[in-house]
Amino acid sequence: MEPIVVAKNLTKSYTKGLRALDNVSLTVNQGKVLVVMGPSGSGKSTLIRTFNGLETFDKGELSILGIKVDSTHDERKIQKIRRRVGMVFQQFNLFPHLSILENITLAPVHVQKRRQIEAEEYGMYLLSQMGIDSHAKKYPSQLSGGEQQRVAIARALALKPKLLLFDEPTSALDPERITEVLDAMRRLAEQGMTMIVVTHEIGFAKDVSDQVLFMDSGKVIEKSPPNIFFSNARHERSRKFLNQLDKH
Amino acid sequence: MNINQRIFLQFGICIIIFGLIGILINNLTINLVRTGLGFNFSWLFKPASFALAEHPLPYTSSDSYVWALFIGWLNSLKVIFSSLILATFLGTLIGFARTGKNSLLGLISAGYITIIRQTPLLLQLMFWYFVGFLGLKDNMFIQIKNIFNISNQGIEFSGLTFSSEFLALLLGLSIFTSAYIAEVIRGGILSVSRGQWEAFRSLGLSERQGLIRIVIPQALPAIIPGLTSQYLNLAKNSTLAIAVGYSDIYAINDTIINQTGRSIECFIILLVSFLILNLLITNTMEIINRLILKSRKYS
Repeated sequence: MEPIVVAKNLTKSYTKGLRALDNVSLTVNQGKVLVVMGPSGSGKSTLIRTFNGLETFDKGELSILGIKVDSTHDERKIQKIRRRVGMVFQQFNLFPHLSILENITLAPVHVQKRRQIEAEEYGMYLLSQMGIDSHAKKYPSQLSGGEQQRVAIARALALKPKLLLFDEPTSALDPERITEVLDAMRRLAEQGMTMIVVTHEIGFAKDVSDQVLFMDSGKVIEKSPPNIFFSNARHERSRKFLNQLDKH
Repeated sequence: MNINQRIFLQFGICIIIFGLIGILINNLTINLVRTGLGFNFSWLFKPASFALAEHPLPYTSSDSYVWALFIGWLNSLKVIFSSLILATFLGTLIGFARTGKNSLLGLISAGYITIIRQTPLLLQLMFWYFVGFLGLKDNMFIQIKNIFNISNQGIEFSGLTFSSEFLALLLGLSIFTSAYIAEVIRGGILSVSRGQWEAFRSLGLSERQGLIRIVIPQALPAIIPGLTSQYLNLAKNSTLAIAVGYSDIYAINDTIINQTGRSIECFIILLVSFLILNLLITNTMEIINRLILKSRKYS
């Protein structure tokens, strides 16, 4: 079976010779959960943003769901990928002028050209899955951070994606709101969703992930299963990072 | 500063302001007495005895001054509202080109904005009038089967004629204002956070769909106030019509002052005409603004 994500030697440089991505290679198979960790500025956000074309890269090869993109950033291929890959952002990025349900039906109606009623039915189903169907008629500013992020997950699911990307989904949340979002993500993983998650949540990574990828300065330092990474990390740099995390 | 000092300072400022107003009124009375004209508006109903090249309603030189002024006001309205529409159209296009992904279009529109904003409007009007229209041949510079005809007389289009004075003013005002409107539009677009762009892009929406459904609705509240002040500027700048010989309200007032010496009355007329016009523009835009804010059900 074709893997969902195959990246080979992805490299992205900034003008001053700094490398956001330095020869990054990885594979994510169907139904697997990859957690990406690393200090800020290590390139982890840049990496997952290349997977749906929000970022370009200079060298290397990338194949998402069998669609190959290269440094030319072919818009039509990127559009094709975006229709099958969902993304959840740190700042939720809900559309403030649209109701919760409209946020969710926007892409199905205008990208997939599905019927409004059909999109709304599926949208309500997704909202009930996230436990927030009672908020469907409200606007994003009327919801708490945790609720907004669950709406964002429902919005990403509305296109029935084959891959979900999470860019620090709980970093902007109050501690007591983090659990409700992580629980929703756990359920998705149990249902067999392929996910790539940039996060600092060790508990989530330990329980849910199949692999942990540790990055620093644009390089992949280590890629290990979570039981090895958290108990006996192979690399000195990883151990140092985990020690820092533990102190908080 | 304690409260006594503050009262003293404000009292002083009031005395200065009232003093200045007093001096102005005093000068005015002295001059009115010296000219022996007095202050009245009865002369408005005497024949104007000057011709107007452009009049949307019937006008002859035997008509009254007040009719001539009304014709001038109509001429002003005609050029202001047509420039307003053209400037908004051009400005929106350029504003989007400036913020868009196409770097060549972005560069061209940045150049356009720079050149237009760094040169005086008067110069631009002169350019359109003398270089643009009077530079054309006497007749039939471009003619398509008597339907469309551009010459130094202006443009003729299936029975409708637009004088070269009107067109020079229309082009000059629209292009000048469009550069400012483009910046207002750009500011509005940039006020929408990057996250919103990333969100609609990652949902597979095209740039056009994203602009229409996500960016513009959120940018409008930031655009309307800036647009209003550009419209007010356009209305006031239209008085430069006098430079290309277009008979707007200001030019006709100027002629009347020369003929009758009634400068105080004419300035009052001018002031009231522009006040009415600009209040109309401000209030229309305020209504539009309120409708937009009302349609926003979020804070």
